[in-house]
This record gives sequence, C-alpha cells and structure tokens, in this order.
Amino acid sequence: MSKTELMRTSLYVGGTSPARMIQSGFYHADCLVYDLEDAVSTGEKDAARFLVYNAIKYQRPKDKYILIRINGIYSSELDEDLEAAVRAQPDAIRIPKVEYAEEVARIDEKITVIEKEAGLPVGGIQIWCNIESYQGALNARDIAKASPRVVAMALGAEDFTASMAAQRTKSGWEIFYARNLVLMACREAGISAQDAVFSDIKDMDGLQRDLEMTRALGFDGKTCVHPSQIDAVNACFTPTEKEILNAQRVLDALRQAGMNHTGVCTVDGGMVDKPMEIRARTVLAKAKAAGIEVGGIVQ
Amino acid sequence: MELIKSAIAGTMESSDVRIILEPNHGGGIEIHLESVAKATFGDAIEATVRQVLAEFDVKDACITLNDRGALDCTIRARMQCAVCRAAETKYDWGKVDFHV
Amino acid sequence: MIKNCLGRELPERIGDYVVRPYMGPYDTPAPGKTVVTRRMAGHWIPGESKRKETLRDAILASGLKDGMTISFHHAFREGDQVIAQVLTVIRELGIKNLRFAPSAVVNIRNPSIVDFVRDGTIGRIEASGIRGELGDSVLAGEMENPVILRPHGARPRAIEAGELQIDVAFIGASAADDYGNCTGQIGPNACGSLGYAFVDTYHAGCVIVVTDYLVEYPCVPRSISQQYVDYVVEVDSIGDPSKIGAGAARVTKNPRDLLIAERTANLITASRRFKNGFSFQTGAGAISIATTKYLADCMKERGIKAGFALGGIPAAIIDMYDKGLIRVVECSQSFDAIAAQAIVSRPNVVEIDNADYANAYNKGCFLNREDFGVLGALEVDTDFHVNILTGSSGEMMGGLGGGPDVAGAAEIPIVAIPIIRGRTPSIVKRVRTLCTPGETIAAVVTEAGIALNPNHKNYAELKEDLEKTNLKLVTIEELQQLVEGMTGVPKPIQTTDKVVCIVEYRDGTVIDVIREVSTR
Repeated sequence: MSKTELMRTSLYVGGTSPARMIQSGFYHADCLVYDLEDAVSTGEKDAARFLVYNAIKYQRPKDKYILIRINGIYSSELDEDLEAAVRAQPDAIRIPKVEYAEEVARIDEKITVIEKEAGLPVGGIQIWCNIESYQGALNARDIAKASPRVVAMALGAEDFTASMAAQRTKSGWEIFYARNLVLMACREAGISAQDAVFSDIKDMDGLQRDLEMTRALGFDGKTCVHPSQIDAVNACFTPTEKEILNAQRVLDALRQAGMNHTGVCTVDGGMVDKPMEIRARTVLAKAKAAGIEVGGIVQ
Repeated sequence: MELIKSAIAGTMESSDVRIILEPNHGGGIEIHLESVAKATFGDAIEATVRQVLAEFDVKDACITLNDRGALDCTIRARMQCAVCRAAETKYDWGKVDFHV
Repeated sequence: MIKNCLGRELPERIGDYVVRPYMGPYDTPAPGKTVVTRRMAGHWIPGESKRKETLRDAILASGLKDGMTISFHHAFREGDQVIAQVLTVIRELGIKNLRFAPSAVVNIRNPSIVDFVRDGTIGRIEASGIRGELGDSVLAGEMENPVILRPHGARPRAIEAGELQIDVAFIGASAADDYGNCTGQIGPNACGSLGYAFVDTYHAGCVIVVTDYLVEYPCVPRSISQQYVDYVVEVDSIGDPSKIGAGAARVTKNPRDLLIAERTANLITASRRFKNGFSFQTGAGAISIATTKYLADCMKERGIKAGFALGGIPAAIIDMYDKGLIRVVECSQSFDAIAAQAIVSRPNVVEIDNADYANAYNKGCFLNREDFGVLGALEVDTDFHVNILTGSSGEMMGGLGGGPDVAGAAEIPIVAIPIIRGRTPSIVKRVRTLCTPGETIAAVVTEAGIALNPNHKNYAELKEDLEKTNLKLVTIEELQQLVEGMTGVPKPIQTTDKVVCIVEYRDGTVIDVIREVSTR
C-alpha cells in the first residue's frame, strides 16, 4: 500500500512541546504534521527546527505519513527550514499560504538542491500545498500541477476567510466555493484533496455536520486540530459496504483480465483505467485501516 | 568553537529539559544536572551533552540542566539550540550529511 | 536467603519478623481458627460520659504506653488533620516507640510523619504504602525496623489473625454524638464511607472517636456503633475541606489518557462478561476514572445495566448511578464530595466495610463476585508482574491500595497505563518491586496497544472475544521493546542488603522486599 493512499486525517503538532510531539505518534491520525509555522513564536523558530529534526530522525512514529509544515515562502525562516526539513527526510513538506504555481516550483528547486547535497534520492520528498487565500483558490488548478512532488492540496479556512473579509461560520457557506475549487483542481491533477479544519474542539455535533459536507463533496481527507477529532474524521472516510463491494469487483475484473491476458478490462460496460484502479485500492485500504474485514482481497 | 554569551533553551514542561549554557573560558566542561530521572538516566544525559558539545567542537562551557524526563532526541535538540544561541551562529545542517 | 516462587530474594528473618514466602495467589488456605481481638467487654453505667475535653485526656485515659500500636483510617485523604493532632499530643506526653498502623498511605505535611519517626515517637510502621518525605527517609534506611506494607484486604486479615494488634484506634468522624455513634456521611467535613475504620473499631483495645461536628444523640446516619467506642473528643477541625475534595474529582483531559481509557472501555465491552448485571470498579487513577464515560456511553447504546460498582467511588460512578446504569454502588471509600454525599441521598449507594470489599480470608468478599477491575500501576514487566510502590528511579511513590486484591479475585483485572511517563518506561523487563503477581493480571491496556496475558486463567475467552473486534493486540514484549527504544536502557539502582520494607500479599506471605538505596 503506497503512502499516498491513506490520508484521511492529518494532525498538526507544534514544534514546541516535546511531550505532545511524542504522544502524537500514538494517536490514530494517518498523517502527522510537525509545525514550524503558526504554532511557533518568532523567538523559538530555531528551537522548533532542532526539535522537529531530532524528533523525526530519532523517534519517528512507524506506520504514519510524516510532514513538516515550514514557514511562509517569503519568510526569513524559509531557507533554514528547508535545510533542516529536507534532511529530516519526512514523507512531505507542507507549504503554507501558496498563491502561485511559481512559488511551488521555486520550493521544488530548493528541495532538489538540498536532496542532492545531502545525498538523498531526488524527488523523494513530496509536497502538500495549503491554500489559504482567494488568490490561492483562484490559482488552485495551476498550483496542483506545479510540480510532480505535489501530492495533496489543503484548504486553510481561517486565513482564506480573512482574505475574503468574510465571516467564518459553522455551516461553512463562506468556504463552499473555495472547497470546490480546491477539490476540482485536485481531481484534475489526480492528487489528494484535503478539507479544512473544524476549529471548535468542544462541538462534536458541529464536527459531525461539517463532516457530512466533507464526505458529500468528495474530499479524501481532513486536517484535525485536536486529537479528540481524529476518530470522528477517520470514521467519516470509512467506505460503505457498497463502495467496498464495488472496489472488489473492479480489482477482481483487473485480475481476471490479467490472467486471461486481455488487453482491456471492463466492469459494467465501462473501461477500468488506472485512476479507477487506484480509487478501488484506496477504498479497500481505507476499509482495512478502519478495521473492516474484507475477505479475499486482490492485492 | 567559542561560546560568546549565555543562552537558554527548552522549558520546564514534562518531557522537556531547560538548558542554561554559559561560556567557561579555559574552565573545560562543567555539567550541573538536575533530573527527575537522574538515577536511571543521569549518565546517559551527560553523555549526550558531551557528544553535542564535541560535535560543535566546544571545549569550554558551563551547562546547567533542569530535566523533566526528556528523551535523548529532545536533549540533543535543546543542546544544539543552546550552543547556536550561545555562539551566535547558524547551524550548519550540511554537516549531518555524512551520517545519512 | 531464600527465593519465593516468583524469584524474589528474601531473608528468612528480618529482625523479629519471620518471612513466609509467597507461594501463589490461592495457595494459603483458611486459617482454621477464631479471630483474634483486643476488644474488651465493657460496662458503662447510665449517666457516665464518654466525652473527654481534650485529646490529651482521651489518650491518657486509653492507657497508651511506649511500644503500643495506634491506628487511623485514611478516608480524609490529603485533607486529614486528625493524625497530626494526635501524634503531636502523644509526643508532648513523651510516649515513644509506637507502632503506627494507619489503613493506607498518609502524606501529611507540617508536621510530616517523618518528624515523629525522627524524634522517636514512632518506631514501626505498618500501612499500605508510604510516599514523600517519609518514603525518602525509609529508603535511606532511617527506620530501624522495616515497614510492613499490605494491600487493603490484607489489613483486616492480619488484624483478625493476630499479626497486627491495635491498642488504640483513633477514628476521625465527620459527625458524632457524645456516646460514640458516628459517621463520615454528614457534617462540614464529610468524607463519605468510613470503610477502612470498621476493623479497627471491632478489634482495637481502645477506640477514640475524634470529631469536629458533635450532633444530637443519637447520631443518624450511623456507620460506627456506640457499643465499640470508649471515648469521644471534639476538636476544632478534623480535616481541610478543600483538600478532602470540594466538588467532583477532576476528570483528565489529556488526549493520551483518554485514548487509553477508551481502549480499556472497548476491551470491557467486547468481553462476553459485559452483559446485564455485570460488576466493575475503577479505583482512583485518572485513566481508570475516565474509562467510566466511555463505558457509560456503550451501556446506554446497548441497553446494558451493571449489577454493582465497587470500592473507591468517584463522582463519575455516582453519575452513572443517577443515569440508571448501575443498580447498587458499594463504597469502601469516597473520592470526592459528590461521592461522599451520595451515600445519604441515594438509596442504593451504600457504605461497606473494607473487609467486605477485599478481605480474602473471611466468609466471602465483594471482589469474589466482580467481573472487571481497572487498575493503575507504576510499572508492569514482561511477566505481567505489577509494581505500584517504587518509581523506577527508586523512590517510594505509591501504595498497594486494593490492586493485589482486585487482581487476585476479579475475573478480568486490567492495568491501564501509558507505556512511558517522561523518560520513565512503564513496561519493563523486571519490575523494581513486585506487588501484584502477573498471573492475576488479564490485560495491560496502553496507548500503543493491548497486551493479553497468556498465563491468566481467562486468557482464552478474552482473546477470542477481542479477536472479533479491531482492537490492536500486541505482546507485552513488543511494548517493552518499543518503550526501551524510546528511553534507552535505564541504569540499575544500587541497593544495600538492608530490608526497609516488607511487601506482603493478600495472605500475609512475602511477595517482595524493598531494600535501602545505596548513596552514590
């Protein structure tokens, strides 16, 4: 199962608290985002780099997709962040407040330079882009395709709403269009679409209602702001029985086609292409991760 | 490397270590350790402190640690941060490349 | 030097204490004799008063002399003010070398118990645990005689077997009348259940009730009866209400603890024994108490009601009772003001004698009927042995409580702990002090997974039940290796040969000893 398949939940953990950084490894989030940006005060940016680098190097949680959220593209911390972040060898680097494709291309280049210096496989580190403004939302299509490293795009609702001079509400209509812009851009580029945070930790009912939208729109995952949200969000992305059975049929058909050496594989009169196959595998991976016993899976 | 000024890194939170690093010109390395895990991990903590100082080639320093059960990677991180602050230097991330 | 069957090295004798080595959790049969008591038949003529003006008068009247044994209960927890007052008066009277035998750990400050040890007032201690300054001084070898530590249920056993004989028992009571009827259920410093005081009232040579709230005769409700009481003393204050517990004990918000609590509840609800009429207890640990919320949610969902909850009771369990989820709550101790007041106000929330709760050597205790017990621990090793006394840096940190009793009797005893606390591993290769034998522990639940004990009598059924769920099952060895990988290997603590604490099991056999820590 490749790492990009299971990204139902990502949890931010600030690069400030060793206790929380260590404990986060035991929660059920698929992805952990060690944060050098918003969670860290200016005076402690250097300390955060050391904490995050050493934590990932020496106490990396197994079975998790690991990200580092670096500081903004125009911040004075960027270059040092990248020097540390690349060498920590996370699965991905998460870039905040992306607005233009060139920004991503520039960061891609910087990462390549450091990968080469450090003797790491070039292209090994992936990129997630946070869209946090109207400009970023409008440019989402280009950003999603800006680099082969980009595997996911996430909407940052609080900053987006601020950029729009709108009001952040629980019903979420103010981010409805941005959600869809990000989603469609992700679908076009074939990357993972990550929904925005629901920030009221105490309102579990509100979270459930928000998740209904998340699921209906078709997001692949959602960022959590507190461990208490993780189980609810994971459950939201647990496939239904119908989805699981469908996925099994797709993979069975592929296996049959492979055995019979037919060039083309069809299910229900439609051709099975690579994206369909990947989606089917993702569904089964999500089912398995949710602890659903799926008998006779085609690997 | 010479330490220019005293510096502090870390907090008194559980699982963290607060390190005060001071220059100690010509005095060698002096470690004062207070730790909730002193009996079981005191030696290991001191060894890490010395290791990081050696990495930076710091020969004279006075280190005061107030440890609240920090793991080794945290002690390392706080020490590296403290040295860079005390020596007013940026960390050369490239120097770890040989360990990759 | 001998080794008990768990491999712990024990001297054959420690001073005048003859060691009976631990043989197994169910190996010691019934004693086959009558109980031993110091209770005197009395004769009080109508009109005679039991009231003494001061503690001093009461102590003098009791005939307390050097070398005798005194006792207290621990229902006031950190807020107790009786012990300090009594010991201060005893010291003023110049009485020395007493055996101090409270029912549990007492961590009072200003003055501290250790002051009375150092000035010779106290010469021996028997309790369920010690900590703080007193713990440090015991570990440093300051006491000439070793401290004897027993789990809750073993204290009444030892008293009735004549191993511990109390000369004067001091009963701090939240409300009392002038003839000795008293209770902890009402009064400004209501502590709730006096469960740990009963055995003292039945078997001590002299019983002195100390109260700060004298009520009209006869006191109602009444936990302790006048027929067992010699004297009554009224003092200004028996406890600090803010420390006894102003409201409900705070439930943890730590996400890691909540994860472990939820996992523990999931284990319980997956078991076939989780059905109408089941019984359980949580004890005092933060994680254990947090388990109740998840348990309650599942009980509501599945329409399952508990037959009884047992032992030390927090507000969280009273809350479950109020929601109709538990038929009877049997309280040997109340952990906060809500639980304390619940005994008076709710018909099926009742006070019980600690012996009724946990003594394995009477005609049957509640624990013999319990399904699930959730326990805390400082350390668990790869044999599932539990340490609830000494921290892994050697310091005295805890108390046996009722842990060994629960594990020895309940069907599914569960230890719920984090694998790591700071840099201290909780899962180790060999526990520093063996308090609860591994074969009596069914499961260890941690943030890194659940380890079932293949040597527990209910292993097969629990494994079968849990395999139907998606709960993460790991081996105890995997947990130990995981945490050692995080912390590094700890340096062993050096000790001398001097035994400073004897750790007894439920039956009075010696399961382990604690030795003096060497100074570097």
